[in-house]
Amino acid sequence: MAEISAPVVRFREPQIEMAHGAGGKASRRLIEGLFVPLLSSGTAESLGDAVRVEISGAQIAITTDSFVVKPLSFPGGSIGELAVNGTMNDLAVSGARGEAMVVTYVLEEGLPTNLLEAEVRAMGDAARRAGVRIVGGDTKVVEHGKADRMYISATGIGRPLPGIKIDPLSVRPGDRVILSGPIGDHGITILLARGELDFEADLRSDTRCILPLVEALVKAAGPGIHWMRDPTRGGVATSLNELARDCRLGINLLEDNVPVRDAVRGACELLGLDPLHIANEGQFLAVVAPEYADLSLNALHMTDGGQEARIIGDVREQPAGSVLVTTGYGGSRIVDMLVGDPLPRIC
Amino acid sequence: MRFVDEFRNPEIITRTAEELRRLADPARHYRFMEVCGGHTHAIYRFGLKDVLPRNIELIHGPGCPVCVLPMGRIDDGLSMARESNVVFAAFGDMMRVPGTQGSPLQHKAHGVDVRVVYSPSDALKLARANPDKHVMFFAIGFETTAPSTALTLIRAKAEGIRNFSVFCNHVTIIPAIRAILDSPDMRLDAFIGPGHVSTVIGCRPYEWIAVNERKPVVVSGFEPLDMLQSILMILRQMNAGEARIENQYKRVVPWEGNRAALKAMAEVFQLRPYFEWRGLGFISQSALRIRDEYAEWDAEQRFHVPGIRVTDPKAAQCGEVLKGVLKPAQCKLFGCECTPEHPVGALMVSTEGSCAAYYNYEHRKTMVTSIAPVA
Amino acid sequence: MCLAIPGKIVELVPGSQHLGTVEVVGVRRKVDLGLLQDNMPVPGDWVLIHVGFAMSKISEADALDQMRTLAMLGETELAMEEVQGYGLGDSGEHEKPN
Repeated sequence: MAEISAPVVRFREPQIEMAHGAGGKASRRLIEGLFVPLLSSGTAESLGDAVRVEISGAQIAITTDSFVVKPLSFPGGSIGELAVNGTMNDLAVSGARGEAMVVTYVLEEGLPTNLLEAEVRAMGDAARRAGVRIVGGDTKVVEHGKADRMYISATGIGRPLPGIKIDPLSVRPGDRVILSGPIGDHGITILLARGELDFEADLRSDTRCILPLVEALVKAAGPGIHWMRDPTRGGVATSLNELARDCRLGINLLEDNVPVRDAVRGACELLGLDPLHIANEGQFLAVVAPEYADLSLNALHMTDGGQEARIIGDVREQPAGSVLVTTGYGGSRIVDMLVGDPLPRIC
Repeated sequence: MRFVDEFRNPEIITRTAEELRRLADPARHYRFMEVCGGHTHAIYRFGLKDVLPRNIELIHGPGCPVCVLPMGRIDDGLSMARESNVVFAAFGDMMRVPGTQGSPLQHKAHGVDVRVVYSPSDALKLARANPDKHVMFFAIGFETTAPSTALTLIRAKAEGIRNFSVFCNHVTIIPAIRAILDSPDMRLDAFIGPGHVSTVIGCRPYEWIAVNERKPVVVSGFEPLDMLQSILMILRQMNAGEARIENQYKRVVPWEGNRAALKAMAEVFQLRPYFEWRGLGFISQSALRIRDEYAEWDAEQRFHVPGIRVTDPKAAQCGEVLKGVLKPAQCKLFGCECTPEHPVGALMVSTEGSCAAYYNYEHRKTMVTSIAPVA
Repeated sequence: MCLAIPGKIVELVPGSQHLGTVEVVGVRRKVDLGLLQDNMPVPGDWVLIHVGFAMSKISEADALDQMRTLAMLGETELAMEEVQGYGLGDSGEHEKPN
């Protein structure tokens, strides 16, 4: 019998800070240093957005996510819709079709009922659009001031799509990196919707269910797909850095090929932010074998909402474990994971 | 014209870089200092080192207000923030800067009211909106930023807003350049002048560098083509045996600067006799304080300021990196004990600090070994 | 040390002495024009914005001038090479009248 060694908790930071929930380096330290050693069954699986479990011989994909957003509704969406799309997307990029969800609402005492009703409706509409059933839930109310209006936690299960296996270790030099559309819309929309910066722009969150796009991609290029991820918090840079670390290869992006809308670019310039670090809620990244790249792109372009998909880069041996961005004139820079939340800078 | 994309034109960049290679003497090694941290950031952000001739070395200067701010001033500011009813307002750049008892963000985690503002006028707006609280704005920056703080204080006084104050940490660039040139181990051929500071102070204040030190200064914009053209102008001066002040950034920088901005600064600020710079030590007449006429809005006069002094860790070689004697990666702490997430030294603190910029954008480009998974 | 970017004045805020709305690629914000009071910008002007204040008016003429200078880089040499390619200037023959 193998000896069981005591789990090693490496997370030594004295308190939890916002950065630990921001999806970047600090989040990763917390997960790998505290949650994985104490909760994981011990296999060194990569930390994807959803996992596969086998129950009575059936393969099931499962994911969970919590939704905390301020303001609750914003141009292009709201928390109820976000909860459905986010859950479906986590399942989709792990190669599964979401079938059922359970949701928990944590409500602050004093929350106006009409706000709650609006979000429950938004959730129902989003679920119908995405083709997922909401089969159960729970409600908790906490004292006034102990929560910020409303939090939603959602768990989804899904059926694996046939003919696809997502594994960062199957990524090879030469593979192409595909992005489904323009980046940063969600993060910048939320930042502006908070009103603290006094910026105005005609911008909407990109929140949507990306399952139809993923299904089209899998149908066209299933065996060629090596990895997928929806670049939410921490943006494209963080997702690709995680991939680079997991597959121990370098990801090379061509900056001019990364689609960014004008208003996102403008806000990022004003605030000194990098669009590659801004959150998305309706885009995904796919790494595909080079011989499947054109097929993949065509499939996305033929699907509703996939017209702006682009090949934004490729996988190389070097710089191993990192993401390198090259400009149109041959300059290059390393882009790291985001540290904490994106903060506007003046310097 | 958008005044941005035009100056990132790949074709013209390639051609300008060719011209640079033609003008640079292959037998020489050139050392130019870009004074401004914004330039440092741009050099890495745009990967300009990849297009410059190898024998042109860019030394990153002291123009990063976050980097040169001594840790004691952060402690002082946060000690005021811990007083009841105080809102601590600062630019996003300050939020992760460590004091001895943690950064502003860590104080926020403990319940201190810490707010990120985009503008000093937004801090004043917070004061208007929260009459029952006191809003203290932690002001940092060189002459680019100081006029905005000054005008905000002028407006606060005119409106009689009394629940607002400024903790003034504004510094001036010329004394810092002088301190660097006075350093005995300094070898520089020319300066890329700080474009945005110069919109306020103009180009005349650099004249002594050309006259007394015989070094060219080219005031430069921040787009790739601006910086390449500035280096081109420096090379032309050097090849002609000249040392002059030139203004590459004419579209933005008037030779005489901005009189209204200088007037606002003179109305509100006066020079401090001396001020401590992280990495450079005490420099006389290098910083601004708030005049007594504005005492009511001066956090240092309204609050008890402990006046904390923190000595930088000896092992951190920020001063040498700041003066260009060492490259960031040559510092003993670089990348091990000192990283952007856990900065020990000044230059790792802000994204435009030369160490942080090097770490974020350049470092791993040259690392050939693969990164081992966490054991 | 100072992040400052160009924006276009789209409106002077009515009822205010010193506020204008600027647009930076589709993003709008009110900025303080007080530091340009000696030479107040009007809608259509471009200004450099730093921490919510307009610092300087941007001169399109100087920008175009810079672009022309840069665009001409290397062209002088190219033109010389072309001229030499025609075989001009390598002898005194062409200078003869007729």
